[in-house]
Amino acid sequence: MRDHDQSRRGLIKGALASLGGLGLAGCDGGANNPLVQKLFALEEMLTFRTQSAILGPDSLAREYTESDISRFFKPNGSKDPQDESYKALAADGFKDYRLAVDGLVERPAHYSLAELRAMPSRTQITRHDCVEGWSCIGKWSGVRLSHILDAAGVKPAARYVVFHCADTPDEASFGEEPAHFYGSIDFQAARHEQTILAYDFNGAPLEVPHGAPLRLRVERQLGYKMSKYVMRIEVVDSFAHLGDGHGGYWEDNGYTWYAGV
Amino acid sequence: MTDATTVPRPRLIKRHSALVRVTHWINALCLVLLLMSGLQIFNAHPALYLGSKSDFAAPVFAIDSRDVNGHTEGYTALLGHSVNTSGVLGLSQSGGRAVERAFPSWLTLPSNQDLETGRHWHFLMAWLLVVNGTLYLLYGLVSRHFARDIVPDRGELAHTGQAIVDHLKLRFPHGENARRYNVLQKLTYFAVIFVALPLIVVAGWTMSPGLDAAFPFLTTLLGGRQTARTIHFVVAWGLVAFFVVHIAMVLLTGVFNNMRSMITGWFDTGEAKDSEVTTNA
Repeated sequence: MRDHDQSRRGLIKGALASLGGLGLAGCDGGANNPLVQKLFALEEMLTFRTQSAILGPDSLAREYTESDISRFFKPNGSKDPQDESYKALAADGFKDYRLAVDGLVERPAHYSLAELRAMPSRTQITRHDCVEGWSCIGKWSGVRLSHILDAAGVKPAARYVVFHCADTPDEASFGEEPAHFYGSIDFQAARHEQTILAYDFNGAPLEVPHGAPLRLRVERQLGYKMSKYVMRIEVVDSFAHLGDGHGGYWEDNGYTWYAGV
Repeated sequence: MTDATTVPRPRLIKRHSALVRVTHWINALCLVLLLMSGLQIFNAHPALYLGSKSDFAAPVFAIDSRDVNGHTEGYTALLGHSVNTSGVLGLSQSGGRAVERAFPSWLTLPSNQDLETGRHWHFLMAWLLVVNGTLYLLYGLVSRHFARDIVPDRGELAHTGQAIVDHLKLRFPHGENARRYNVLQKLTYFAVIFVALPLIVVAGWTMSPGLDAAFPFLTTLLGGRQTARTIHFVVAWGLVAFFVVHIAMVLLTGVFNNMRSMITGWFDTGEAKDSEVTTNA
């Protein structure tokens, strides 16, 4: 932990710098200074705590009817993963696909698509809200994430569910493997009734632009939390060791981990 | 207060209470940063729709760029009718080069394209606006500030027409009459405090998928998430229009006196002659 006096001096300096920053037009408005960063973190925590308290574990996202379904549902983010092993799986209609479930669970497991489809399924017509501002309505069918978690037996220390995905959104830096997309949610979101691993979209098997063969739906949050091309589910007590430590690809790029707003 | 007929009233009056002054300036800061960060967020998908979902082929309003005879043109479209807005909307200068972006960099926070930082600013300031606004509303009710100063009575409303004519002629209340807000001020502040600001906050809430799950009736009331987003945008510009008129009136009716009253609370009513009017010739 930082020395108290030093951090207070830093805070005052930061406050002055941010005021100076605000006075200068055409800059980042002081977003990079430590005080402003702290205020952003405070805001995210306040929003997360308030919404979690208001929402509770059970309230459902609005569900729509067949006639509300968007004629065109915009695929966003990764639309065509270039990962070689993913491309091989896709070429074969995902016959050899296996979803891995591991981490802080009693019984790590692998499931084929046929096995996932044999599990109890849930179908929901919901609105997908993108962080950019647009919305599309679509019908998703899949297995509840809580079913998978119960089958694996979650250990008491578990706090988050991490989704490791096949897509590699960033260019690889020279001589390195490109990093794979990942994302994470907490157990209130993971156990929610509408949180499913979807394999069907609008009544047909999920296509590659929408995250084939399996994508997450977290209906009370924004689209960027709904990992596509899910290959492995890892139950963890902390995501600090993954990526840059913020809990996901988008979070490592500055987006908030809680995306209910 | 002493009887005005026997003792001359002091020219300097305490016009704004400390709480009104402090919440006014916090509110002003919030609205400026909310507007600029809001335009940053809008730039991530610069199109508006009606209903629950986005019909990408037919936005009711859009700012974009297109290729016209080999050169890029910024345009703004309302209900399918577009006009060339190069230089400001759709295509503008940033850092010495033409950039295809909806609102120009000098209007957005941050100035470069940066949705996540814009969102951080927007939600931070939204919290401050709501906390500050709640304090003000509680104070306004308890202190009877709203009953005394903001809500017009029937007698005042009957003079609305005359007040509009006077304002258009730039004849503003002076002296005794300037001790209290005139009917147009009351109606305008009423609309901002009780209609525009609550509406823009609620429309913001309904865009949140979390709050939509908690309070679906609010989203229904506003006509669906995309209509709510459109309302949020339109009300924001309505507040900009208010801001422009507000600043113009501050300047026209004595910038020093007005600024002093909103900073220190003290307002000079001028010479106490009821009939006197100023004309800004």
